[in-house]
Amino acid sequence: MMTFAYLVERFYAVTAAWGIPWIIPTLVVMTIVAGVVLGYIAVAAMFLIWWERKISAHIQVRFGPMRVGGWHGWAQSIADGIKLLLKEDIIPAGADKVVFVLAPMVVFAAALAAYVTIPWAPGLIVRDLNIGILYMVSISSLVVVGIIMAGWSSNNKYSVLGAMRSAAQAVSYEVPLVLSLLGPVMIASTMSMEKLVEAQGGWWFGILPKWFVFPQIVAFLVYFTCALAECNRLPFDIPEAESELVAGFHVEYSGMRFAIFFLAEYANMFVVAAIATTLFLGGWQGPWLPLPGLPREVAHGLFGLFWFLVKCYFLIFVMMWLRWTLARLRVDQLMDFAWKVLLPIAFANLIITGLVLVLGKQVLLYVFGIAILLLVAIALAIRTVGKPVRVEKA
Amino acid sequence: MTIKLAIFYFLAAFTVWAAAVVVLGKNIVRAAVALIFSFCGMAALYVLLDAEFLAAVQVLIYVGGITILLLFAIMLTSRIGAKTARVINDQAFLSGIAAVGLLVGLIYASTSGIAAISGPPRLPVPETAPFLGRALLTTYALPFEVVSVLLLAAMVGAIILARRE
Repeated sequence: MMTFAYLVERFYAVTAAWGIPWIIPTLVVMTIVAGVVLGYIAVAAMFLIWWERKISAHIQVRFGPMRVGGWHGWAQSIADGIKLLLKEDIIPAGADKVVFVLAPMVVFAAALAAYVTIPWAPGLIVRDLNIGILYMVSISSLVVVGIIMAGWSSNNKYSVLGAMRSAAQAVSYEVPLVLSLLGPVMIASTMSMEKLVEAQGGWWFGILPKWFVFPQIVAFLVYFTCALAECNRLPFDIPEAESELVAGFHVEYSGMRFAIFFLAEYANMFVVAAIATTLFLGGWQGPWLPLPGLPREVAHGLFGLFWFLVKCYFLIFVMMWLRWTLARLRVDQLMDFAWKVLLPIAFANLIITGLVLVLGKQVLLYVFGIAILLLVAIALAIRTVGKPVRVEKA
Repeated sequence: MTIKLAIFYFLAAFTVWAAAVVVLGKNIVRAAVALIFSFCGMAALYVLLDAEFLAAVQVLIYVGGITILLLFAIMLTSRIGAKTARVINDQAFLSGIAAVGLLVGLIYASTSGIAAISGPPRLPVPETAPFLGRALLTTYALPFEVVSVLLLAAMVGAIILARRE
Protein backbone atom coordinates (compact mmCIF):
# COMPACT_ATOMS: atom_id res chain seq x y z
CA MET A 1 0.00 0.00 0.00
CA MET A 2 1.73 3.12 -1.23
CA THR A 3 -1.19 5.46 -0.79
CA PHE A 4 -1.47 8.90 0.69
CA ALA A 5 -3.03 7.64 3.92
CA TYR A 6 -0.22 5.08 4.29
CA LEU A 7 2.51 7.72 3.96
CA VAL A 8 0.83 9.89 6.61
CA GLU A 9 0.52 6.88 8.94
CA ARG A 10 4.23 6.14 8.47
CA PHE A 11 5.10 9.76 9.24
CA TYR A 12 3.04 9.64 12.46
CA ALA A 13 4.59 6.33 13.48
CA VAL A 14 8.15 7.59 12.94
CA THR A 15 7.59 10.84 14.82
CA ALA A 16 5.84 8.97 17.66
CA ALA A 17 8.88 6.67 17.88
CA TRP A 18 11.08 9.75 18.28
CA GLY A 19 8.93 10.89 21.20
CA ILE A 20 7.50 14.04 19.61
CA PRO A 21 4.04 15.02 20.95
CA TRP A 22 1.25 14.23 18.44
CA ILE A 23 0.28 17.85 17.88
CA ILE A 24 3.51 18.70 16.03
CA PRO A 25 3.38 16.04 13.28
CA THR A 26 -0.38 16.70 12.96
CA LEU A 27 0.26 20.38 12.39
CA VAL A 28 3.07 19.59 9.93
CA VAL A 29 0.80 17.29 7.91
CA MET A 30 -2.04 19.82 8.01
CA THR A 31 0.24 22.62 6.78
CA ILE A 32 1.68 20.51 3.95
CA VAL A 33 -1.75 19.34 2.79
CA ALA A 34 -3.23 22.85 2.97
CA GLY A 35 -0.22 24.15 1.02
CA VAL A 36 -0.63 21.53 -1.69
CA VAL A 37 -4.37 22.22 -2.01
CA LEU A 38 -3.74 25.98 -2.06
CA GLY A 39 -1.12 25.56 -4.77
CA TYR A 40 -3.46 23.39 -6.81
CA ILE A 41 -6.30 25.94 -6.47
CA ALA A 42 -4.07 28.84 -7.53
CA VAL A 43 -2.62 27.07 -10.57
CA ALA A 44 -5.92 25.45 -11.60
CA ALA A 45 -7.83 28.73 -11.23
CA MET A 46 -5.31 30.55 -13.42
CA PHE A 47 -5.72 28.01 -16.17
CA LEU A 48 -9.50 27.96 -15.74
CA ILE A 49 -9.54 31.72 -16.30
CA TRP A 50 -7.45 31.29 -19.43
CA TRP A 51 -9.75 28.45 -20.49
CA GLU A 52 -12.85 30.54 -19.90
CA ARG A 53 -11.44 33.39 -21.99
CA LYS A 54 -10.55 31.04 -24.83
CA ILE A 55 -13.97 29.31 -24.74
CA SER A 56 -15.85 32.61 -24.66
CA ALA A 57 -13.70 33.87 -27.51
CA HIS A 58 -14.35 30.84 -29.68
CA ILE A 59 -18.11 30.92 -28.92
CA GLN A 60 -18.09 34.55 -30.07
CA VAL A 61 -15.89 33.74 -33.11
CA ARG A 62 -12.82 35.56 -31.75
CA PHE A 63 -9.36 34.30 -30.86
CA GLY A 64 -9.05 35.55 -27.27
CA PRO A 65 -5.60 35.92 -25.73
CA MET A 66 -3.00 34.78 -28.28
CA ARG A 67 0.32 36.48 -27.44
CA VAL A 68 1.60 35.91 -23.89
CA GLY A 69 3.61 32.70 -23.57
CA GLY A 70 3.56 31.87 -27.25
CA TRP A 71 1.17 28.94 -27.60
CA HIS A 72 -2.39 30.34 -27.75
CA GLY A 73 -1.62 32.81 -24.98
CA TRP A 74 -1.38 30.16 -22.27
CA ALA A 75 0.57 32.47 -19.91
CA GLN A 76 -1.98 35.30 -20.07
CA SER A 77 -3.37 34.53 -16.58
CA ILE A 78 0.12 34.46 -15.07
CA ALA A 79 0.79 37.92 -16.49
CA ASP A 80 -2.58 39.12 -15.17
CA GLY A 81 -1.85 37.65 -11.75
CA ILE A 82 1.49 39.46 -11.52
CA LYS A 83 -0.22 42.66 -12.65
CA LEU A 84 -2.88 42.31 -9.92
CA LEU A 85 -0.20 41.65 -7.29
CA LEU A 86 1.61 44.87 -8.18
CA LYS A 87 -1.51 47.05 -8.12
CA GLU A 88 -2.20 49.53 -5.37
CA ASP A 89 -4.39 48.20 -2.56
CA ILE A 90 -7.24 50.71 -2.22
CA ILE A 91 -9.70 50.75 0.68
CA PRO A 92 -12.47 53.32 0.13
CA ALA A 93 -12.62 56.10 2.73
CA GLY A 94 -16.28 55.36 3.54
CA ALA A 95 -15.77 51.62 3.87
CA ASP A 96 -16.04 49.64 7.08
CA LYS A 97 -12.37 48.68 7.15
CA VAL A 98 -12.49 45.57 9.34
CA VAL A 99 -15.35 43.94 7.45
CA PHE A 100 -13.92 45.08 4.11
CA VAL A 101 -10.59 43.35 4.81
CA LEU A 102 -12.24 40.27 6.33
CA ALA A 103 -14.67 39.62 3.45
CA PRO A 104 -12.25 38.20 0.83
CA MET A 105 -10.70 36.01 3.53
CA VAL A 106 -14.09 34.54 4.49
CA VAL A 107 -14.96 33.83 0.84
CA PHE A 108 -11.64 32.17 0.11
CA ALA A 109 -11.50 30.24 3.39
CA ALA A 110 -14.95 28.79 2.71
CA ALA A 111 -13.92 27.76 -0.79
CA LEU A 112 -10.65 26.24 0.46
CA ALA A 113 -12.28 24.37 3.36
CA ALA A 114 -14.59 22.52 0.99
CA TYR A 115 -11.55 20.78 -0.59
CA VAL A 116 -11.06 18.72 2.58
CA THR A 117 -13.57 16.03 1.59
CA ILE A 118 -13.01 15.86 -2.17
CA PRO A 119 -12.16 12.23 -3.07
CA TRP A 120 -9.53 12.71 -5.76
CA ALA A 121 -8.62 9.08 -6.25
CA PRO A 122 -8.90 5.80 -4.30
CA GLY A 123 -7.16 6.55 -1.01
CA LEU A 124 -6.39 10.15 -1.96
CA ILE A 125 -8.61 12.34 0.18
CA VAL A 126 -7.63 14.83 2.87
CA ARG A 127 -10.16 13.50 5.36
CA ASP A 128 -13.05 11.12 4.67
CA LEU A 129 -15.65 12.49 7.10
CA ASN A 130 -18.77 10.49 8.00
CA ILE A 131 -20.82 13.52 7.03
CA GLY A 132 -18.66 14.38 3.99
CA ILE A 133 -21.28 15.69 1.61
CA LEU A 134 -23.18 17.58 4.33
CA TYR A 135 -19.90 19.19 5.41
CA MET A 136 -19.14 20.34 1.87
CA VAL A 137 -22.59 21.86 1.38
CA SER A 138 -22.60 23.61 4.74
CA ILE A 139 -19.08 25.01 4.43
CA SER A 140 -19.82 26.27 0.90
CA SER A 141 -22.81 28.21 2.24
CA LEU A 142 -20.29 30.45 4.04
CA VAL A 143 -19.28 31.97 0.70
CA VAL A 144 -22.50 33.99 0.63
CA VAL A 145 -21.69 35.43 4.05
CA GLY A 146 -18.41 36.76 2.66
CA ILE A 147 -20.21 38.21 -0.36
CA ILE A 148 -22.71 40.06 1.86
CA MET A 149 -19.85 41.32 4.04
CA ALA A 150 -18.03 42.60 0.96
CA GLY A 151 -21.13 44.22 -0.48
CA TRP A 152 -22.16 45.99 2.69
CA SER A 153 -18.72 47.13 3.85
CA SER A 154 -17.87 48.75 0.49
CA ASN A 155 -20.41 51.49 1.22
CA ASN A 156 -21.49 51.50 -2.41
CA LYS A 157 -25.07 51.22 -3.68
CA TYR A 158 -24.15 48.80 -6.46
CA SER A 159 -22.30 46.57 -4.02
CA VAL A 160 -25.19 46.46 -1.56
CA LEU A 161 -27.62 45.63 -4.36
CA GLY A 162 -25.36 42.83 -5.57
CA ALA A 163 -24.97 41.47 -2.04
CA MET A 164 -28.73 41.47 -1.44
CA ARG A 165 -29.46 39.73 -4.70
CA SER A 166 -26.78 37.20 -3.84
CA ALA A 167 -28.34 36.55 -0.44
CA ALA A 168 -31.84 36.09 -1.86
CA GLN A 169 -30.55 33.79 -4.57
CA ALA A 170 -28.37 31.70 -2.29
CA VAL A 171 -31.09 31.16 0.32
CA SER A 172 -33.60 30.13 -2.36
CA TYR A 173 -31.38 27.80 -4.33
CA GLU A 174 -29.78 26.11 -1.34
CA VAL A 175 -33.03 24.33 -0.47
CA PRO A 176 -33.51 22.37 -3.74
CA LEU A 177 -29.72 21.89 -3.89
CA VAL A 178 -29.59 20.01 -0.59
CA LEU A 179 -32.79 18.08 -1.42
CA SER A 180 -31.39 16.96 -4.77
CA LEU A 181 -28.23 15.64 -3.08
CA LEU A 182 -30.34 13.43 -0.81
CA GLY A 183 -31.26 11.08 -3.68
CA PRO A 184 -27.77 9.56 -4.12
CA VAL A 185 -27.23 9.67 -0.35
CA MET A 186 -30.40 7.59 0.14
CA ILE A 187 -29.39 5.03 -2.49
CA ALA A 188 -25.87 4.63 -1.11
CA SER A 189 -27.16 5.12 2.49
CA THR A 190 -23.99 7.00 3.43
CA MET A 191 -22.77 10.60 3.42
CA SER A 192 -19.06 9.72 3.28
CA MET A 193 -17.61 10.83 -0.05
CA GLU A 194 -15.43 7.75 -0.45
CA LYS A 195 -18.27 5.33 0.23
CA LEU A 196 -20.49 7.23 -2.18
CA VAL A 197 -17.92 6.68 -4.93
CA GLU A 198 -17.44 3.04 -4.00
CA ALA A 199 -21.22 2.49 -4.17
CA GLN A 200 -21.06 3.45 -7.85
CA GLY A 201 -18.64 0.72 -8.97
CA GLY A 202 -19.90 -1.98 -11.34
CA TRP A 203 -22.41 -2.07 -14.18
CA TRP A 204 -26.16 -1.90 -14.73
CA PHE A 205 -27.51 -4.51 -17.18
CA GLY A 206 -23.89 -5.11 -18.22
CA ILE A 207 -23.62 -1.94 -20.31
CA LEU A 208 -24.34 1.17 -18.24
CA PRO A 209 -21.79 2.12 -15.56
CA LYS A 210 -23.49 2.05 -12.17
CA TRP A 211 -23.42 5.84 -11.73
CA PHE A 212 -26.18 7.56 -9.79
CA VAL A 213 -26.77 9.93 -12.68
CA PHE A 214 -28.90 7.26 -14.38
CA PRO A 215 -31.52 6.60 -11.67
CA GLN A 216 -31.13 10.13 -10.35
CA ILE A 217 -31.08 12.10 -13.61
CA VAL A 218 -33.74 14.48 -12.26
CA ALA A 219 -31.72 15.12 -9.10
CA PHE A 220 -28.59 15.65 -11.20
CA LEU A 221 -30.27 18.31 -13.35
CA VAL A 222 -31.74 20.04 -10.28
CA TYR A 223 -28.35 19.94 -8.56
CA PHE A 224 -26.48 21.31 -11.55
CA THR A 225 -28.96 24.18 -11.98
CA CYS A 226 -28.75 25.10 -8.31
CA ALA A 227 -24.98 24.80 -8.40
CA LEU A 228 -24.81 27.34 -11.22
CA ALA A 229 -26.87 29.67 -9.04
CA GLU A 230 -24.64 29.05 -6.02
CA CYS A 231 -21.58 29.98 -8.09
CA ASN A 232 -23.32 33.17 -9.30
CA ARG A 233 -22.75 32.14 -12.90
CA LEU A 234 -24.92 32.88 -15.89
CA PRO A 235 -27.88 32.45 -16.29
CA PHE A 236 -27.98 33.12 -12.54
CA ASP A 237 -25.46 35.95 -12.30
CA ILE A 238 -27.70 38.81 -11.16
CA PRO A 239 -25.51 39.34 -8.03
CA GLU A 240 -22.65 40.49 -10.25
CA ALA A 241 -24.43 41.42 -13.45
CA GLU A 242 -21.80 43.54 -15.19
CA SER A 243 -24.23 45.38 -17.39
CA GLU A 244 -26.51 46.61 -14.61
CA LEU A 245 -24.51 46.51 -11.36
CA VAL A 246 -21.02 47.21 -12.78
CA ALA A 247 -19.72 44.09 -11.02
CA GLY A 248 -21.91 43.75 -7.96
CA PHE A 249 -20.38 43.05 -4.58
CA HIS A 250 -16.72 43.48 -5.59
CA VAL A 251 -16.94 46.88 -7.33
CA GLU A 252 -14.72 48.57 -4.74
CA TYR A 253 -12.12 45.84 -4.51
CA SER A 254 -8.82 46.21 -6.33
CA GLY A 255 -5.46 44.52 -6.63
CA MET A 256 -4.85 41.40 -4.56
CA ARG A 257 -8.18 41.48 -2.70
CA PHE A 258 -10.02 41.43 -6.02
CA ALA A 259 -7.78 38.59 -7.18
CA ILE A 260 -8.74 36.58 -4.10
CA PHE A 261 -12.45 36.93 -4.95
CA PHE A 262 -11.69 35.84 -8.49
CA LEU A 263 -9.67 32.86 -7.29
CA ALA A 264 -12.42 31.84 -4.87
CA GLU A 265 -14.99 31.94 -7.65
CA TYR A 266 -13.06 29.47 -9.76
CA ALA A 267 -12.19 27.36 -6.71
CA ASN A 268 -15.92 27.17 -6.00
CA MET A 269 -16.70 26.09 -9.54
CA PHE A 270 -14.33 23.19 -9.06
CA VAL A 271 -15.94 22.27 -5.71
CA VAL A 272 -19.38 22.25 -7.31
CA ALA A 273 -18.15 20.11 -10.20
CA ALA A 274 -16.42 17.76 -7.74
CA ILE A 275 -19.63 17.26 -5.77
CA ALA A 276 -21.54 16.49 -8.97
CA THR A 277 -18.81 14.10 -10.12
CA THR A 278 -18.68 12.29 -6.79
CA LEU A 279 -22.42 11.93 -6.25
CA PHE A 280 -23.68 11.43 -9.78
CA LEU A 281 -20.86 10.60 -12.19
CA GLY A 282 -19.09 7.87 -10.27
CA GLY A 283 -16.15 9.93 -8.92
CA TRP A 284 -12.89 8.21 -9.73
CA GLN A 285 -14.59 5.09 -11.11
CA GLY A 286 -13.46 4.26 -14.62
CA PRO A 287 -11.52 1.71 -16.63
CA TRP A 288 -7.92 1.26 -15.55
CA LEU A 289 -4.92 -0.90 -16.41
CA PRO A 290 -1.99 -1.93 -14.24
CA LEU A 291 0.92 0.23 -15.39
CA PRO A 292 4.22 -1.62 -15.93
CA GLY A 293 6.78 -0.89 -13.23
CA LEU A 294 4.28 0.58 -10.75
CA PRO A 295 2.43 -1.12 -7.86
CA ARG A 296 -1.27 -1.86 -8.47
CA GLU A 297 -2.50 0.74 -5.97
CA VAL A 298 -0.46 3.53 -7.54
CA ALA A 299 -1.70 2.67 -11.04
CA HIS A 300 -5.28 2.51 -9.78
CA GLY A 301 -4.80 5.85 -8.02
CA LEU A 302 -3.33 7.54 -11.09
CA PHE A 303 -6.16 6.32 -13.33
CA GLY A 304 -8.70 7.32 -10.65
CA LEU A 305 -7.26 10.83 -10.46
CA PHE A 306 -7.31 11.03 -14.24
CA TRP A 307 -10.99 10.02 -14.49
CA PHE A 308 -12.01 12.28 -11.62
CA LEU A 309 -10.33 15.32 -13.18
CA VAL A 310 -11.71 14.51 -16.64
CA LYS A 311 -15.27 14.39 -15.29
CA CYS A 312 -14.81 17.54 -13.17
CA TYR A 313 -13.31 19.57 -15.99
CA PHE A 314 -15.98 18.39 -18.38
CA LEU A 315 -18.65 19.75 -15.99
CA ILE A 316 -16.70 23.00 -15.64
CA PHE A 317 -16.58 23.21 -19.43
CA VAL A 318 -20.38 22.80 -19.51
CA MET A 319 -20.70 25.61 -16.97
CA MET A 320 -18.57 27.90 -19.14
CA TRP A 321 -20.45 26.85 -22.25
CA LEU A 322 -23.78 27.75 -20.57
CA ARG A 323 -22.37 31.08 -19.39
CA TRP A 324 -21.53 32.24 -22.88
CA THR A 325 -24.68 30.96 -24.59
CA LEU A 326 -27.55 31.77 -22.19
CA ALA A 327 -29.13 35.09 -21.25
CA ARG A 328 -29.53 36.33 -17.69
CA LEU A 329 -32.78 35.58 -15.82
CA ARG A 330 -34.77 38.40 -14.25
CA VAL A 331 -35.12 38.45 -10.45
CA ASP A 332 -38.77 37.36 -10.47
CA GLN A 333 -38.08 34.55 -12.95
CA LEU A 334 -35.18 33.46 -10.76
CA MET A 335 -37.32 33.20 -7.62
CA ASP A 336 -40.23 31.56 -9.46
CA PHE A 337 -37.89 29.00 -10.94
CA ALA A 338 -36.35 28.07 -7.59
CA TRP A 339 -39.53 27.85 -5.51
CA LYS A 340 -42.15 26.76 -8.03
CA VAL A 341 -40.18 24.48 -10.35
CA LEU A 342 -36.98 23.17 -8.76
CA LEU A 343 -38.29 22.67 -5.23
CA PRO A 344 -41.38 20.57 -6.19
CA ILE A 345 -39.26 18.51 -8.58
CA ALA A 346 -36.65 17.91 -5.89
CA PHE A 347 -39.35 16.84 -3.40
CA ALA A 348 -41.03 14.56 -5.93
CA ASN A 349 -37.68 12.97 -6.74
CA LEU A 350 -37.02 12.43 -3.04
CA ILE A 351 -40.42 10.77 -2.49
CA ILE A 352 -40.09 8.50 -5.52
CA THR A 353 -36.55 7.51 -4.54
CA GLY A 354 -37.78 6.66 -1.06
CA LEU A 355 -40.71 4.63 -2.39
CA VAL A 356 -38.50 2.63 -4.74
CA LEU A 357 -35.96 1.97 -1.99
CA VAL A 358 -38.64 0.76 0.42
CA LEU A 359 -40.93 -1.15 -1.94
CA GLY A 360 -38.17 -2.79 -3.99
CA LYS A 361 -36.76 -2.14 -7.38
CA GLN A 362 -39.73 -2.40 -9.65
CA VAL A 363 -38.12 -0.92 -12.70
CA LEU A 364 -41.47 -0.12 -14.27
CA LEU A 365 -42.50 2.07 -11.38
CA TYR A 366 -39.19 3.86 -11.72
CA VAL A 367 -39.50 4.63 -15.40
CA PHE A 368 -43.13 5.65 -14.88
CA GLY A 369 -42.19 7.98 -12.05
CA ILE A 370 -39.42 9.65 -14.00
CA ALA A 371 -41.74 10.14 -16.98
CA ILE A 372 -44.39 11.82 -14.83
CA LEU A 373 -41.75 13.99 -13.18
CA LEU A 374 -40.37 15.12 -16.51
CA LEU A 375 -43.86 15.94 -17.80
CA VAL A 376 -44.67 17.96 -14.68
CA ALA A 377 -41.31 19.71 -14.91
CA ILE A 378 -41.78 20.65 -18.55
CA ALA A 379 -45.33 21.86 -17.93
CA LEU A 380 -44.26 23.96 -14.94
CA ALA A 381 -41.23 25.35 -16.75
CA ILE A 382 -43.35 26.43 -19.71
CA ARG A 383 -45.93 28.00 -17.40
CA THR A 384 -43.57 30.00 -15.21
CA VAL A 385 -40.50 30.81 -17.27
CA GLY A 386 -42.15 31.09 -20.65
CA LYS A 387 -44.78 33.53 -19.35
CA PRO A 388 -44.73 36.75 -21.41
CA VAL A 389 -43.89 40.00 -19.63
CA ARG A 390 -47.06 41.83 -18.66
CA VAL A 391 -46.82 45.58 -19.16
CA GLU A 392 -48.78 47.33 -16.44
CA LYS A 393 -50.80 50.26 -17.64
CA ALA A 394 -50.08 53.45 -15.80
CA MET B 1 -5.52 15.75 26.57
CA THR B 2 -4.11 19.14 27.57
CA ILE B 3 -3.89 20.14 23.91
CA LYS B 4 -7.57 19.35 23.44
CA LEU B 5 -8.32 21.43 26.52
CA ALA B 6 -6.27 24.32 25.14
CA ILE B 7 -8.17 24.12 21.85
CA PHE B 8 -11.42 24.11 23.83
CA TYR B 9 -10.49 27.23 25.79
CA PHE B 10 -9.38 29.00 22.62
CA LEU B 11 -12.67 28.15 20.86
CA ALA B 12 -14.74 29.04 23.91
CA ALA B 13 -13.00 32.41 24.29
CA PHE B 14 -13.47 33.10 20.57
CA THR B 15 -17.18 32.22 20.72
CA VAL B 16 -17.80 34.33 23.82
CA TRP B 17 -15.85 37.24 22.33
CA ALA B 18 -17.93 37.11 19.13
CA ALA B 19 -21.13 36.85 21.16
CA ALA B 20 -20.07 39.89 23.22
CA VAL B 21 -19.56 41.85 19.99
CA VAL B 22 -23.08 40.80 18.92
CA VAL B 23 -24.62 42.14 22.13
CA LEU B 24 -22.45 45.20 22.74
CA GLY B 25 -21.56 46.31 19.20
CA LYS B 26 -22.99 49.69 18.22
CA ASN B 27 -23.20 48.81 14.51
CA ILE B 28 -25.96 46.36 13.75
CA VAL B 29 -24.43 44.88 10.58
CA ARG B 30 -21.17 44.26 12.40
CA ALA B 31 -23.18 42.59 15.14
CA ALA B 32 -24.75 40.26 12.57
CA VAL B 33 -21.31 39.45 11.11
CA ALA B 34 -20.03 38.72 14.62
CA LEU B 35 -23.04 36.44 15.13
CA ILE B 36 -21.78 34.36 12.19
CA PHE B 37 -18.38 33.95 13.85
CA SER B 38 -20.09 33.04 17.11
CA PHE B 39 -22.12 30.31 15.36
CA CYS B 40 -18.97 28.99 13.68
CA GLY B 41 -17.28 28.84 17.08
CA MET B 42 -20.23 26.84 18.41
CA ALA B 43 -19.94 24.47 15.46
CA ALA B 44 -16.25 23.98 16.22
CA LEU B 45 -17.13 23.18 19.84
CA TYR B 46 -19.61 20.56 18.59
CA VAL B 47 -16.82 19.01 16.51
CA LEU B 48 -14.67 18.90 19.62
CA LEU B 49 -17.50 16.92 21.30
CA ASP B 50 -17.53 14.43 18.35
CA ALA B 51 -20.94 15.70 17.22
CA GLU B 52 -19.95 16.29 13.59
CA PHE B 53 -23.47 16.05 12.21
CA LEU B 54 -24.74 18.69 14.63
CA ALA B 55 -21.82 20.95 13.70
CA ALA B 56 -22.51 20.70 9.95
CA VAL B 57 -26.21 21.33 10.49
CA GLN B 58 -25.39 24.28 12.75
CA VAL B 59 -23.35 25.90 9.98
CA LEU B 60 -25.85 25.01 7.25
CA ILE B 61 -28.96 26.27 9.06
CA TYR B 62 -27.74 29.06 11.31
CA VAL B 63 -24.93 30.52 9.20
CA GLY B 64 -26.09 29.62 5.70
CA GLY B 65 -29.77 30.32 6.32
CA ILE B 66 -30.81 32.29 9.37
CA THR B 67 -27.98 34.80 9.57
CA ILE B 68 -28.16 35.51 5.86
CA LEU B 69 -31.89 36.20 6.17
CA LEU B 70 -31.08 38.42 9.14
CA LEU B 71 -28.54 40.41 7.13
CA PHE B 72 -31.03 40.57 4.28
CA ALA B 73 -33.67 42.05 6.60
CA ILE B 74 -31.16 44.53 8.05
CA MET B 75 -30.18 45.77 4.60
CA LEU B 76 -33.79 46.10 3.50
CA THR B 77 -34.56 48.33 6.49
CA SER B 78 -33.57 51.87 5.62
CA ARG B 79 -30.96 53.67 7.75
CA ILE B 80 -30.74 50.89 10.32
CA GLY B 81 -27.12 50.43 9.24
CA ALA B 82 -26.29 53.87 10.66
CA LYS B 83 -23.61 53.78 13.30
CA THR B 84 -25.79 54.88 16.25
CA ALA B 85 -28.06 51.99 17.13
CA ARG B 86 -29.21 51.76 20.75
CA VAL B 87 -27.54 48.80 22.40
CA ILE B 88 -29.20 48.61 25.83
CA ASN B 89 -32.98 48.81 26.17
CA ASP B 90 -35.20 49.59 29.18
CA GLN B 91 -35.24 46.02 30.46
CA ALA B 92 -31.52 45.92 31.22
CA PHE B 93 -32.11 45.21 34.91
CA LEU B 94 -34.53 42.31 34.35
CA SER B 95 -32.34 40.69 31.71
CA GLY B 96 -29.33 41.13 33.99
CA ILE B 97 -31.13 39.15 36.71
CA ALA B 98 -32.05 36.46 34.20
CA ALA B 99 -28.43 36.23 32.97
CA VAL B 100 -26.99 35.99 36.48
CA GLY B 101 -29.62 33.37 37.41
CA LEU B 102 -28.71 31.29 34.37
CA LEU B 103 -24.99 31.58 35.17
CA VAL B 104 -25.52 30.44 38.77
CA GLY B 105 -27.73 27.57 37.60
CA LEU B 106 -25.13 26.42 35.05
CA ILE B 107 -22.28 26.60 37.55
CA TYR B 108 -24.32 24.61 40.07
CA ALA B 109 -25.30 22.03 37.45
CA SER B 110 -21.76 21.51 36.16
CA THR B 111 -20.06 21.35 39.57
CA SER B 112 -22.37 19.31 41.76
CA GLY B 113 -25.78 18.75 40.31
CA ILE B 114 -27.29 17.28 37.19
CA ALA B 115 -25.64 14.20 35.73
CA ALA B 116 -26.77 14.96 32.19
CA ILE B 117 -24.51 18.03 32.14
CA SER B 118 -21.64 17.18 34.46
CA GLY B 119 -21.29 13.47 33.64
CA PRO B 120 -18.86 12.14 31.03
CA PRO B 121 -20.06 12.44 27.42
CA ARG B 122 -21.97 9.37 26.29
CA LEU B 123 -21.81 8.52 22.61
CA PRO B 124 -24.12 5.62 21.72
CA VAL B 125 -22.56 5.03 18.29
CA PRO B 126 -19.46 6.12 16.35
CA GLU B 127 -21.60 7.56 13.55
CA THR B 128 -24.19 9.99 14.86
CA ALA B 129 -26.15 10.82 11.68
CA PRO B 130 -27.90 7.41 11.13
CA PHE B 131 -28.51 7.10 14.86
CA LEU B 132 -30.14 10.54 15.03
CA GLY B 133 -32.25 9.80 11.97
CA ARG B 134 -33.51 6.49 13.37
CA ALA B 135 -34.26 8.03 16.77
CA LEU B 136 -36.17 10.93 15.22
CA LEU B 137 -38.35 8.64 13.11
CA THR B 138 -39.04 5.95 15.73
CA THR B 139 -38.69 6.83 19.41
CA TYR B 140 -39.11 10.58 19.03
CA ALA B 141 -41.51 10.64 16.06
CA LEU B 142 -44.20 12.57 17.97
CA PRO B 143 -42.02 15.50 19.12
CA PHE B 144 -40.52 15.61 15.63
CA GLU B 145 -43.96 15.91 14.05
CA VAL B 146 -45.07 18.50 16.63
CA VAL B 147 -42.04 20.64 15.77
CA SER B 148 -42.82 20.25 12.06
CA VAL B 149 -46.41 21.41 12.59
CA LEU B 150 -45.16 24.33 14.68
CA LEU B 151 -42.77 25.39 11.90
CA LEU B 152 -45.53 25.03 9.32
CA ALA B 153 -47.83 27.22 11.43
CA ALA B 154 -45.08 29.83 11.76
CA MET B 155 -44.55 29.75 7.99
CA VAL B 156 -48.26 30.21 7.25
CA GLY B 157 -48.37 33.03 9.80
CA ALA B 158 -45.39 34.76 8.18
CA ILE B 159 -46.99 34.53 4.74
CA ILE B 160 -50.29 35.98 6.06
CA LEU B 161 -48.41 38.84 7.75
CA ALA B 162 -46.42 39.56 4.60
CA ARG B 163 -49.45 39.46 2.30
CA ARG B 164 -51.60 41.80 4.38
CA GLU B 165 -52.23 44.91 2.38
